[in-house]
Amino acid sequence: MSMLNEGRPTRPIEAEPDTAADTFTGNRALMIDEPLVFEIGDTDQCGVDFDEAPEGESRIGGLERNRPIGLAGLSEPQTVRHYTRLSRQNYAIDLGLFPLGSCTMKHNPRLDEKIARLPGFADLHPLQPVDTLQGAFEVIYELAVWLMKLTGMYGVAMSPKAGAHGELCGILAIRSALEARGDMREVVLVPESAHGTNPATAAFAGYRVENIPATAEGRVDLEALKARLGPDVAALMITNPNTCGLFEREMKAISDAVHAAGAFVYCDGANFNAIVGKVRPGDLGVDAMHINLHKTFSTPHGGGGPGSGPVVLSEELSAYGPLPFVAKQRDGSFRLIEEENAAEIHPHGFGRMAAFHGQMGMFTRALAYILSHGADGLRQVAEDAVLNANYILRSLEDVLDAPFAASGPCMHEAVFSDAGFAEGLTTLDVAKGLIDEGYHPMTMYFPLVVHGAMLVEPTETESKGTLDTFIGALRSVAERAKAGDESLHAAPVFAPRRRLDETAAARNPVLVWKETEQAEAAE
Amino acid sequence: MRYLPLNPADRQAMLATIGAPDIDALFADVPEEARLDGPIEGLPGHASEMAVERAMGAMARKNLSAGDAPFFIGCGAYRHHIPASVDHLIQRGEFLTSYTPYQPEIAQGTLQALFEFQTQVARLYGCEVANASMYDGSTACWEAIAMARRVTRRGKAILSAGLHPHYVSVAQTMARFTGDVIDSALPDLTEGAPGDDSARLFAAIDEDTSCVVVQYPNVLGHIGDLSELAARCHEKKALLIAVVPEPVALGLIRSPGEMDADIVVGEGQSLGVGLNFGGPYVGLFACREKHVRQMPGRIAGETVDAAGKRGFVLTLSTREQHIRREKATSNICTNAGLCALAFSVHMTLLGEKGLRDLAALNHAKAVRAATRLANVPGVELVNGPFFNEFTLRLTEEARPVLRALADRGVLGGVSLGRLYPDGDGRENGLVVAVTETNTQDDVVAYAAALEEVMA
Repeated sequence: MSMLNEGRPTRPIEAEPDTAADTFTGNRALMIDEPLVFEIGDTDQCGVDFDEAPEGESRIGGLERNRPIGLAGLSEPQTVRHYTRLSRQNYAIDLGLFPLGSCTMKHNPRLDEKIARLPGFADLHPLQPVDTLQGAFEVIYELAVWLMKLTGMYGVAMSPKAGAHGELCGILAIRSALEARGDMREVVLVPESAHGTNPATAAFAGYRVENIPATAEGRVDLEALKARLGPDVAALMITNPNTCGLFEREMKAISDAVHAAGAFVYCDGANFNAIVGKVRPGDLGVDAMHINLHKTFSTPHGGGGPGSGPVVLSEELSAYGPLPFVAKQRDGSFRLIEEENAAEIHPHGFGRMAAFHGQMGMFTRALAYILSHGADGLRQVAEDAVLNANYILRSLEDVLDAPFAASGPCMHEAVFSDAGFAEGLTTLDVAKGLIDEGYHPMTMYFPLVVHGAMLVEPTETESKGTLDTFIGALRSVAERAKAGDESLHAAPVFAPRRRLDETAAARNPVLVWKETEQAEAAE
Repeated sequence: MRYLPLNPADRQAMLATIGAPDIDALFADVPEEARLDGPIEGLPGHASEMAVERAMGAMARKNLSAGDAPFFIGCGAYRHHIPASVDHLIQRGEFLTSYTPYQPEIAQGTLQALFEFQTQVARLYGCEVANASMYDGSTACWEAIAMARRVTRRGKAILSAGLHPHYVSVAQTMARFTGDVIDSALPDLTEGAPGDDSARLFAAIDEDTSCVVVQYPNVLGHIGDLSELAARCHEKKALLIAVVPEPVALGLIRSPGEMDADIVVGEGQSLGVGLNFGGPYVGLFACREKHVRQMPGRIAGETVDAAGKRGFVLTLSTREQHIRREKATSNICTNAGLCALAFSVHMTLLGEKGLRDLAALNHAKAVRAATRLANVPGVELVNGPFFNEFTLRLTEEARPVLRALADRGVLGGVSLGRLYPDGDGRENGLVVAVTETNTQDDVVAYAAALEEVMA
């Protein structure tokens, strides 16, 4: 087929660039707004065909629904279009650099998606007879072995569902170990730069939380820690590399001091991606550490989960880990340890943290990622992630205040502050300015120990060319902020939405769609 | 290494910019004695896509997948058909590879989908509001108990004997550390209403009770009206928490919200997510609007942008750990975003009509299967009313029977001896789930194998 060009203009007619009229639809070419499914769908519309139900009596004991549910449906093409249009209003790692510090947005290999969807993994029920599941147990076991060897730890609890759930697992194991000693301690120490999940977890497990200050160079104040340690302290929750992007040089001395006081060292492993294959936390005196498989081992973040948070444990703490878990037997087969045989094999375990076996769909992806990289590739991952972060730090420290620039090399992330911005211009403005440049912003206002913090984590995924362009963009926006360019307050102007009113959303929460809204709008 | 774009020349140029002689200089803060000088011994090196597929494929083939056998296992995870478009849509990179929507201007896709999800969950459960999902049903159940403590300022939770034993275990684990009192019981195979212990629950509710937790349908498949239980709870100012393991059921039977439950939580895996050997799944969580500030987890809310256009944001975050730290309602950071999206896409494809048809089909097939299986000598149906799952009582222990069925290529259900190792008559119980995926041939094969094994 050919297109007839005769009589059709093939060169653009010159027009004023800013004369774009409002469109009838409100859309802007590829930028298409999409109503809610409840506004376009219908309770009678359906995108699935079913076999005819067999005739027979109903046995629901008179519990029929007696009012409509109000669920709007769409046909398949409408459904595909609805969600495809929504998807295009999201930024994603597939679109570009996603420098969200501490969150580790790296490429998600598609092989891992393919592996996770093999029916031999995806179509297994957690309560099948155990001898129909030997390959599933093998995946869990193999991944467990990798995690233990990479961290230099004795055991690992695989069932926690996410990083914060893993933190809880570690703290519960610590509390169980202390209780077994008859030692009822009440306090968990948390450095002030810690992730918010750390104090929340400790409080949830029944502990009182006390902060440990940081030194001016951004590391845990060892002397302050030593001064606070005592017989009431159950554990220190420390992040290493820490949230200022620095390695805790005195980690071993910190661990020794904590242990000397009869307490345990919990390490938040959110930043393990910076050191995987380079350092084993077990060699630094860590007693428990969760590993966010969605960070270090790149299972997709999925717009906010699902995560997965296995916890590596010391020999002492392993005795208290949760049920269920997989054990390898002498003949090479795998056995499931759960309630019915725990009394014999794992009598001191603190119990079950979730139904079933943990995030199998994340285990298969993480193991595929690990096998792809191998021991050598994982080490290279850490090196490239650290190299990329230092490249950003040193390329921007002349224009952005880098409070820890003199504290040594950064690890996988670089932190900047808002010092030097013109009056009235903020970290938020710079972040929103970056959106207009085509990037997801860095983490803002975290860690809390840095004023107007900007935490930039490029990961190993980015090429030098991508980093150079990003550095240029951030430099440009930072210079505007320093020069007092008030137009940054309006940013973003090119995104699907301008800045959203979060205060109004919280003051008068509208959390579900209601028909009345539509009726009022029509009036 | 196919995932790493830097080449040696790039690395050298970047080190020069940084002013570091080599990569080890960037790890100078790691104590030298802890630095590994090469790849960890005993672990293999990197591998091609083909090699990884081969290795992982070999492990996958060692399992008997549900699709390869007549399959009747439920008990908290159900095998349903998932339309092909669901998995296609959730694999769009803009959903799959995005983060928690902290920057709402460039995350409206996720946020609007979550707002729609919340609306679907609230309507399905008959509640006023819902959150943006939890890890799974079991953790949602515990979070509901913890929320009831915050709302009522009381510490005793009464768990129905019909609550899934794993959910009970999770609550017991957590309560050991929080100091909540958990009053639980084991289910009886009561004729017509297995696992229904309403009389015990009525008697146990008192002025110290924060909540009663009841599963609907319960772990033995029984369904019963919750209205009286709700009224008894409210008389003592306790909350009724209903746990729904199978969302498809609510296409046919009354929602817990309609029967005045205060908090409704459950597992959403049936729609969109699949079996996945137990995870990732998606916890659903809904409650009354007046309690929303005590609700755990992420919540999406509607607002407007600077130009007055409707948009969505994460809201009420002053409940959450990243703002409140040790005073947060929960330590949870992630939800089950992509699984929530899968649930929501599937629900959109179904709509109300499709959900009702799907539920009716499940029930009709389950009734037919129950009737057929109860005809096998030595097998009796315990349930009165049920939805798509029921309990059979065998004249012998169910576990070896299931084992023998698996040898004949039939995955016949869950033995109560596995869920309740202490016996007491339960070991002869067998819980069977039937969904739209089961054909009449599956049922015939099951009945024939069961006859053979029980003979």
